[in-house]
Amino acid sequence: MRLAFFGGLYSNYLALEAAISDARRRDVQELYCLGDMGAFGPYPDRVVSMLREAEVFCIQGNYDDSIGNELPDCQCGYTDPRDNLFAQISYDYTLSNTNRENRRWLQQLPVSSDIERNGVRMHLCHGSPRRTNEFLWESTTSDAFLDRLIEPSGAGLVLGTHTGLHWTRTTRSDRRFVNVGVLGRPANDGATHVWYTLVDVAERSAGPVGQGESGVRVEFVPVEYDFRRLSGEMRGEGLPEEFAETIETGWWTTCLEVLPSRERRRGRC
Amino acid sequence: MSDTMAEAGRVELSGLDELWFQVAGTLCNLTCTHCFISCSPHNDSFGFLSLESVEEALTESVARGVREYYFTGGEPFLNPELVPMLELALGYGPATVLTNATVLKDEWLERLRAAEERGPYSLEFRVSIDGPDAATNDPIRGTGTFDRAMRGVELLVGHGVLPIITMTRTWPDGEDQRVLGRFREVLATHGCDRPRLKVLPRLLIGAEAERTCGYGETDRVSAQMMHGYDSDQLICSHSRTVTDRGVFVCPILLDEPSARLGATLEEADRSFVLQHGACVTCYQYGAICTNPSGQAFEQMVGRIEGPVGDGAGEGVR
Repeated sequence: MRLAFFGGLYSNYLALEAAISDARRRDVQELYCLGDMGAFGPYPDRVVSMLREAEVFCIQGNYDDSIGNELPDCQCGYTDPRDNLFAQISYDYTLSNTNRENRRWLQQLPVSSDIERNGVRMHLCHGSPRRTNEFLWESTTSDAFLDRLIEPSGAGLVLGTHTGLHWTRTTRSDRRFVNVGVLGRPANDGATHVWYTLVDVAERSAGPVGQGESGVRVEFVPVEYDFRRLSGEMRGEGLPEEFAETIETGWWTTCLEVLPSRERRRGRC
Repeated sequence: MSDTMAEAGRVELSGLDELWFQVAGTLCNLTCTHCFISCSPHNDSFGFLSLESVEEALTESVARGVREYYFTGGEPFLNPELVPMLELALGYGPATVLTNATVLKDEWLERLRAAEERGPYSLEFRVSIDGPDAATNDPIRGTGTFDRAMRGVELLVGHGVLPIITMTRTWPDGEDQRVLGRFREVLATHGCDRPRLKVLPRLLIGAEAERTCGYGETDRVSAQMMHGYDSDQLICSHSRTVTDRGVFVCPILLDEPSARLGATLEEADRSFVLQHGACVTCYQYGAICTNPSGQAFEQMVGRIEGPVGDGAGEGVR
């Protein structure tokens, strides 16, 4: 059985459209999105329409909670004043351009979900199983901590997003975490494509239900899309040039100060 | 407690996310005039931790699901076993060392960068410099310390480290942007063109209480103030500090006998009463000791219940 997981759309409806098409070409049976539909990009209503049309099962991110409840900011939790300035510009734009029906839809999304496919239990969340806006960075998340986070869910596999960078690790206790990446902006690696994640679950995997992730295959999939059109539309909407630059270069220009050193070193800024 | 004082707030340990090691005790090569635990070359009220004791705590930390480890002092690099301690810790999880960068050696940094590259975890260097120039920094940290710290920054950058520069705010709050801007310019001239900067509030205890003033008797976190407050903002809800004199609630309150919670991590797994003036500063500013990448950010409470109200049109409120 094949499942596709999208994360952090950031209003990038062109990438979402490409990812849905790509997943269907690969015979994906179920589509999931782990939240943060808005931010950064133009025309936030468009991704919501696509998610509903394609019947993507969606989890609420901190951004969706904020937009849905019309809170004053995105709850991303940046500490740097420059990061917060850009986050607020993006948030104000997104809130003012999300229609009422879509705000209501974002508001009612579940903050997590547990599913079982072919005997493998999966816990879906946005940031971490315990907190929607917790950053689980690859280089600052110990194995022991992952085990502690995953254990209460009883799942063998936990999937989240929120940081913008995809990664996966299986702990010594055979529990696996997957950050499914984001479709909203590139992965700060100098390439313009974005990422989603395929999970293949073998028919009735061996071992007791819910334990371990044997029989599970995880693949990160790069998605090409018309990034020039997106950056042009961002400029047309008066969004910051820094955002358009990230889309065109693949390097993050904002929201960098929360990165741990290892992830930060891989970038350019 | 007197009848006139409000009941103090209490914080449970929700889980051990960060484990701190007071590796150099209160021994430091500098004598900063704002130090909240009055570290100096002569203050041995807390001594060095041994490699064995660090290893023991690291082993115990696994069952508690610790996310990351912090090494502090005093000046951690005065402990001759610091490098093997950090090498060891990186086998368990991410590590951060808080240093004044005035005693660093090439050989140590080579070993530590190699240890970081061997595993999946980050090793963060947090460098304390209290202003973008000697005129601001040196009256606090000592004559010549600004230049020595900048040489340390150059050494770190030369080894591919992106340090987090931390500064204690000794200027008016409104001047943060000017100071940070100037800091970025100055650091760039020392090869540090992607600095991460963290401003810390002053803690009015230890040497700082002598330099300026301490907390007043009414500067306390009351039980009432904790209602509706996200206690994840306080490191005492998710962290403990190992010293050579037992396990403390946090790295700030070492001079307070009530902050020593036990001899072991197990004994220290209990609630803490926020009865100290410094608790007010943490309450106001959040988990000031934690790195930005690991900070728990408050999620908003008291949000609108039920469907989004009518009347907003397409617009914003």
